[in-house]
Amino acid sequence: MRIRVDLELISSWIEENSKVLDLGCGDGSLMKMLKEQKNVTGYGVDYDISQIKLSLDNKINVIQLDLNDGLDDFKNDTFDYVVLAQSLQEIKNPEKLLKEMLRIGKEVIISFPNMGHWSSRYQLFVGGRMPVTSELPYAWHNTPNIHLCTIYDFENFCKENNFTISKSSITSRSFFDNIMIKALPNFFGRVALFRIN
Amino acid sequence: MSLNLKTAIAKIEHSIELTSGAVLQTFELKYETYGNLNEDKSNAVLICHALSGNHHAAGKYDKDDKPGWWDNMIGPGKPIDTNKSYVVCLNNLGGCHGSTGPNTKDKKTGKYFGIKFPIVTVSDWVNTQKFLMDYLQIPKWSFVIGGSLGGMQALQWSFQYPTLVENCIIIAAAPKLTAQNIAFNEVARQAIMKDPNWCEGDYLNQNKIPDKGLSLARMLGHITYLSDDSMKKKFGRDLRETELKFNYDVDFEIESYLRYQGEKFVSNFDANTYLLMTKSLDYFDPIKDFGDELKTRLAENKSSFLVVSFTSDWRFPPKRSREIVELLLDHKKNVSYAEIKSNGGHDAFLMENEDYFDVMKNFIMRSTCA
Repeated sequence: MRIRVDLELISSWIEENSKVLDLGCGDGSLMKMLKEQKNVTGYGVDYDISQIKLSLDNKINVIQLDLNDGLDDFKNDTFDYVVLAQSLQEIKNPEKLLKEMLRIGKEVIISFPNMGHWSSRYQLFVGGRMPVTSELPYAWHNTPNIHLCTIYDFENFCKENNFTISKSSITSRSFFDNIMIKALPNFFGRVALFRIN
Repeated sequence: MSLNLKTAIAKIEHSIELTSGAVLQTFELKYETYGNLNEDKSNAVLICHALSGNHHAAGKYDKDDKPGWWDNMIGPGKPIDTNKSYVVCLNNLGGCHGSTGPNTKDKKTGKYFGIKFPIVTVSDWVNTQKFLMDYLQIPKWSFVIGGSLGGMQALQWSFQYPTLVENCIIIAAAPKLTAQNIAFNEVARQAIMKDPNWCEGDYLNQNKIPDKGLSLARMLGHITYLSDDSMKKKFGRDLRETELKFNYDVDFEIESYLRYQGEKFVSNFDANTYLLMTKSLDYFDPIKDFGDELKTRLAENKSSFLVVSFTSDWRFPPKRSREIVELLLDHKKNVSYAEIKSNGGHDAFLMENEDYFDVMKNFIMRSTCA
């Protein structure tokens, strides 16, 4: 689930007048925001028809595609930024998709919910149950999230695939978390945002 | 507000050279309009019809029991909202429902054109539609919309007159036909041309109708418009009577349905028009036709595009629509694409479907509402 704070942070990383492809665009609010505030052009992509309808209502260009089928419809280096916000965990083959994103965009921006956050650890460690959080509100049996990871996992994944992380931001909505994030990002960060080249 | 259905004939007193090189000195186009043209003439919508369609897209005449072919889509409060838009739909040149075509008479000879009527291409249709546009004094289409062969005309408009179309909706179409598509068309044509009543295409002058061939062509076509699933659901293996007959008459419901569709079609369609329309489909290949010029044409084009396909359509399946989307993405056009879940097959573009209609409505609304 996308949250506004996350989208605002992503938006702050995007230059004016650039070309953006927003994967898993949902109702299109990021593209709408970028279009209105930064004169950005581009497209949203989503697989869910109800999100396509909402995106059309938000007056953005939207393409209905399954990200698991790849991004063959897009030519090399067509976008300044390719964004994947809060959808990485739903992708069947994240490595393949990231390579595709790097093929069509100059920069890739990825955000995902951090499974290393203390609340998830607490639910599993003390409660003995699969974590359910505000970012990941599903139960184990009905979740679309098949590839959850922690910040460390993701950093390691980038290293293994020679993806260069050029910028990152770890955030949480709680005041207490945000004080502690610098010291222990993988413990206190709820949402991680990375820029990859 | 009411639909405000009006029917008229536009007499175009202007010669036109067709792609084939043939020249028509004058021609007539039958058309309908719905809604009202606003003061600044900015709300005109062109509807392009498919193979067996005509100008009667919406509303009902007193004598009819069925409304026009896209009545669920066009009308007051419907996705193509006649309270806001002025909608124009014509019978294409070469058609058989009132426009100049094989079943009208050549003024020079006083005889039916028949097979002598020149083959008309999608590009020719767009040119004749442009004549109608001038005749109606419409400076720009706010939308050009079509499904199947109609979608191909909409696509052709955006290449041929890139500055005259503000929004373009291409439904269940393809940028060109595949060998399989052409093969089906060829069998349909052979069915007509092998009918002893075809008389080398001169049947109207000889008071004959190649009804068997035309109905076969329609039966074949009809199979390609439906999906396996929808046929299974509608007919399954249901028998017309309680037991198998052990002869070659109708056993199954599907046989009876196809025969009925074929016979019904013969009563209101001209075989030579069917030949012409299928050829026009086969010849359609604007990307090849425009070649290098396509780039400049599309650069001039500031339209917003909506491309729609249906999951169970195997005549022009979603991947064919994706080819159109890909082309438009390559040229950095404003394009949106929706793949509608439906088991209606190719004919789904004529059927009511919540997702389909919402997508149409939302896309059209953003341009028609201030």
